[in-house]
Amino acid sequence: MRKESLVSINDFSKEEIIELLEKAKSFEENPNRRVLEGKVIATLFFEPSTRTRLSFETAVNRLGGRIIGFSDAATSSSSKGESLKDTIMMVSNYVDLIIMRHYLEGAARYASEVSSVPIINAGDGANQHPSQTMLDLYSIYKTQGTLENLNITMVGDLKYGRTVHSLLQAMSHFHPTFHFVAPDELKMPQEYKIFCDEHNIPYYEHRDFSEEVINQADILYMTRVQRERFTDLMEYERVKNVYILHNSMLAGSKPNLRVLHPLPRVNEIAYDVDDNPKAYYFQQAKNGLYARQAIICKVLGIDVD
Amino acid sequence: MTNTKKELAVAALENGTVIDRIPSEQLFKVVSMLKLDTIANSITIGNNLGSKKIGKKGIIKVADYFFKDEEINKIALIAPDATINVIRDYKVVEKYSITLHETLRGIVRCNNPKCISNNEPMETVFHVTRREPLEVTCRYCNRSMNAQEIEIL
Repeated sequence: MRKESLVSINDFSKEEIIELLEKAKSFEENPNRRVLEGKVIATLFFEPSTRTRLSFETAVNRLGGRIIGFSDAATSSSSKGESLKDTIMMVSNYVDLIIMRHYLEGAARYASEVSSVPIINAGDGANQHPSQTMLDLYSIYKTQGTLENLNITMVGDLKYGRTVHSLLQAMSHFHPTFHFVAPDELKMPQEYKIFCDEHNIPYYEHRDFSEEVINQADILYMTRVQRERFTDLMEYERVKNVYILHNSMLAGSKPNLRVLHPLPRVNEIAYDVDDNPKAYYFQQAKNGLYARQAIICKVLGIDVD
Repeated sequence: MTNTKKELAVAALENGTVIDRIPSEQLFKVVSMLKLDTIANSITIGNNLGSKKIGKKGIIKVADYFFKDEEINKIALIAPDATINVIRDYKVVEKYSITLHETLRGIVRCNNPKCISNNEPMETVFHVTRREPLEVTCRYCNRSMNAQEIEIL
């Protein structure tokens, strides 16, 4: 079996991303297939993340695989001081695939180097969360019919938001135009703007979350502005209500616009948006199941049609 | 130039290695990176010597010792213009500049406290992502560091 881990979305080429999207589509049409019959898969969550773990475990279950693992490091031997390497060496003796989440950045990359079975990174600190990116891409692809030449408007915490950084990099294959809407303290970091420049991707920065910006978007990617991210709490108080989407703000938006959010949402999308057909964040989460089924089969080298 | 000649006369090597053109402020870091304190050979260290090219320089001469590439390339991070002279029978038989490799293993500490490499008993790995000005990026957490931020292990 070819060992192929998924640590970062950058591990996949444009062609591989497109192939995965096609597979995700096929799993959406038929999510219950017993292609993991006889396989055991570990979900090692050194940091709790119920949403991601349930999504992965549902994906495995619907494919007929079995699961071992833990949902919190407190219940694993790492609480006794066992190194990550030793945990991975031990678990990789037992299973065909390890899906792991860790609070330390780079943990999944290191695990992929010491493991004898593939690793899927289900989030490593503030670093990477590639299955989230795949489900974002699948949601965009599904709702727009293409990934090419789209206007992607990202709103909120663009500084610490891991999902927006990965999405930006993944979308770079598909000629997007970006609009970054954020308060000064949470602006898109310089390195990602340089990345856009290097890839000839146009981007525009805005401090105001205006209807003018919304009206030209194909995708409105909302993120949470978290109080603890601010050094200046006065600044937080000033901006906390600025980056909230209300239904009335969507009145002049494009018919194909869809509102995405990695969830959990707190108050950045008002509840009156939920009933708007352009609200897509709950279906987006559901798409995660299919995207993860596609990823699992890909890393295990299982061909499905 | 006459100064240099006198200097050479004092510590002329029969066989060994001369590391020349080390920036003065980095000299003792280079000494420690090369673990010269653990070598029993005769070592001559000079510092704050005049240099036309880099102002003030340091120089290290180690008798009867020849560095391996991976040993010597470590110092490329802090003394990129250093030159290596290999001496045999009082003659320079080989002279070369050090080169910074694409990948640095076990040389640099990641300055991200939440990086796995600072929390596991493991070797750090950095990729040189830009040479001018220098930037290295952690293979694990993807943190990039410039020359001022680099901390040598």
